[in-house]
Amino acid sequence: MSDPILSAPAGPLAETTPGAKGGVAGPWSRFRADFAESRLALFGLALLVVILLVGLLAPVISPQNPYDLAQLDIMDSKLAPGERSADGSTYWLGTDDQGRDMLSGIFYGLRISLGVGIASTVFALAIGLVFGLVAAYFGGWVDTLVMRIVDIQLSFPSILIALILLAVLGQGVDKIVIALITVQWAYYARTVRASALVERQKEYIEAARVLALGQARIVFRHLLPNCLPPLIVVATVQVAHAIALEATLSFLGLGLPITEPSLGLLISNGFQYLLSGKYWISFYPGIALLLTIMAINLVADQLRDILNPRLRK
Amino acid sequence: MLAYAIRRLGQSLFVLVLMSFLVFIGVFAIGDPIELLVNPQADEVERIRATAALGLDKTFLEQYWVFLKGAASGDLGKSFVYNVPALSLILQKLPATIELAFVAMVMAIFLGIPLGLVAGLKPDSLVGRGIMAGSILGFSLPTFWVGLVLIMVFSVNLGWLPSNGRGETTLVAGIPVSFLTLDGLAHIAMPAVNLALFKLSLLIRLTRAGTREAVLQDYVKFARAKGLTQGRVIGVHVLKNILIPIVTVIGLELGSVIAFAIVTESIFAWPGTGKLLIDSINQLDRPVIVAYLLVIVTLFIVINFVVDVLYSMLDPRVRLGGAAAAH
Repeated sequence: MSDPILSAPAGPLAETTPGAKGGVAGPWSRFRADFAESRLALFGLALLVVILLVGLLAPVISPQNPYDLAQLDIMDSKLAPGERSADGSTYWLGTDDQGRDMLSGIFYGLRISLGVGIASTVFALAIGLVFGLVAAYFGGWVDTLVMRIVDIQLSFPSILIALILLAVLGQGVDKIVIALITVQWAYYARTVRASALVERQKEYIEAARVLALGQARIVFRHLLPNCLPPLIVVATVQVAHAIALEATLSFLGLGLPITEPSLGLLISNGFQYLLSGKYWISFYPGIALLLTIMAINLVADQLRDILNPRLRK
Repeated sequence: MLAYAIRRLGQSLFVLVLMSFLVFIGVFAIGDPIELLVNPQADEVERIRATAALGLDKTFLEQYWVFLKGAASGDLGKSFVYNVPALSLILQKLPATIELAFVAMVMAIFLGIPLGLVAGLKPDSLVGRGIMAGSILGFSLPTFWVGLVLIMVFSVNLGWLPSNGRGETTLVAGIPVSFLTLDGLAHIAMPAVNLALFKLSLLIRLTRAGTREAVLQDYVKFARAKGLTQGRVIGVHVLKNILIPIVTVIGLELGSVIAFAIVTESIFAWPGTGKLLIDSINQLDRPVIVAYLLVIVTLFIVINFVVDVLYSMLDPRVRLGGAAAAH
C-alpha cells in the first residue's frame, strides 16, 4: 500500500493545509491547493482513503473471518441483509450460500482486488518506463521495434489479451498479475516515450551530455523525473482499469481461484442466486467495486487537469 | 494509396501468422485435451486411437504445420467437442455477436453525441454537469455488474424482460436477426444497453471536449455574426468539425465492443461467439479457441483499415502512409 502514486495525493487530506493559498507557495503546496479546488475530487480522494484503509485493515475491522470455516454456520446461509444469526449477531449485508457475512467478505475481497490492481500497476509501470525511456533515448531501430510491439498490442482490446493469457496460464494470483502487467505495460511505454521525446530536446539534457555524465545517469536521473507527470495520470487511471479487468476476468471464472475471492468472484458467486431474488450476494460487492473505481476516476480526472500544462492558469 | 494498401496487407498477414503461432504455443501449453474428451472408462487402446484421430500424437511443429496448411485453404481444424469445422462453428455464431455489437453501438452514437453536445454547449449548467456526472458513473460501472443489476430489476423484480437467449429470430438474407420481432427486441434490449453503456460514456466525453473547443473557434463566431440560427451553427458548423475524431473513435471502438461482448454474452446467455469462446476455454477445445482468435484478429485488421481510409476521406489534411511525395 506504500504505492507512491496513491499516497502522493493523500497529502492534502492527511494534513491540514494552513497558508496553502496565498503566500510563497512551493510547487507542492500549489499542487495541493489546485487539487482542493474541486469538491468532487476531494470527495473522491476521501472515499479512496477510506477504501484503502478498509482494504488494509480488513482482518481487524471485519466482524468475522469469512474464510475461517470454524466461524461459519451453514444454518446462517443466504440470510437477507439485517437478519440475525443464531448466536445473535446481525448480518448487515446478509450472508452468502456458505453462511459467510457479506460485509466481511467484501472487506477481504476489497483487500485482494486492491492488492492485485496496485501490484500489477507498479510492475507494469516499471517495465513500461524502462522500455519507453530506452526507445525514446536511443531512437533508431530500438525505438521502431519497441513501438511496433506497443502498437500491435494496443490495437487489441485488453480484455481479449488477458482472457487468452489466462486461458493459457490457468488460475492464480500470480497469473492474473502477470496477465494484467502484460496488458498494461504498453500504455506506459507509449506515454513515457512521448514525453521523453519532447524532454530529450531540452537544454538540460544537452547540458548533462556536455558534462559527460553516464548514459544511465542521464536517462534515470535527468530524463525520468521530467517525464513523470503524465505518467502519474495514466497510472492512476490504470489502477482502476486493472481492478475492473481483474473483477471481470474473475467473474468469467478465469481469474482468481475460489480460495482468494476478490470482489469479482463474490459477484460471480452470487449470480446463480440472483434469479431467485437473493440479490445481496452479488449486489453489495458490486457497489464496493463501483465506489472503488469511481473514487480512483475522480482523483485521476483532477490530477489530469492539474498536471496538464495547457490548462495552467 | 494502392502501395499503402499493399503494405498494410503485408503487415496484417504478418501479424496474423505471428498471432496464430503465439496462440498455438499458448493453447498447446494449456494441457492435454484428451483427458476431458475421452470417456474416463476408456482403455489405453481407445485413448491412443482417439489421440491419433485428433492428430494430437504429432509433435508441436508438425501440428502447427498441419494447421497452417489447413488455414491457407480456409480450414481451421475441427472442434474437438462438436466435431464440426471450427470456422463454420464461429461463422454460425458471428451474426448474433455482430447484431448485438451493432445495436449497442447505434444506441451509444444516437444518445452519446446529442448528450455530449448539450454538455459541451452548457458545461456549467445543471444539465451539463448532470450529463458529465452520469458519464463518470458510466465509466466506473463494471460492465458485468450492470448486467446483473439489469437482470435483477427487469427480469426478477419487474418481470418485464427475458434474461437469456435471442428470442424469436427472422431471416434477413439467410442470416437470423433478433431486432425485427417484438420478442427478439425484448431479448436484445438488456444486453445491448449493457454493452452500450461504456461506449456511451466515452462518446459523451469526446463530443463534449470537442464541442467546448469548437465553440471558441473563429469560424463559429463568424457563423454567429452572420446571423445564422443557433440550430444551424451547432448542427452544421460545430458538428461537422467535431465529427472527425468521433468517427475515428467509433470505428476503433467497434472492435472493442465485439471483444467486450464476451462478457455481456456470458451474462445474458446470448448465443454469440463470445459465449462460444468462454465455453471452448473451459472445455479446452483448442481448434475453436485458435479459430476464434484468427477470425477476431482478421475482423480488427479490416475495421482498422476501413477506419484509416474513411479518416483520410473525411479529413483532407490526413495523408495515408506518411509519404505523399509520390504524387
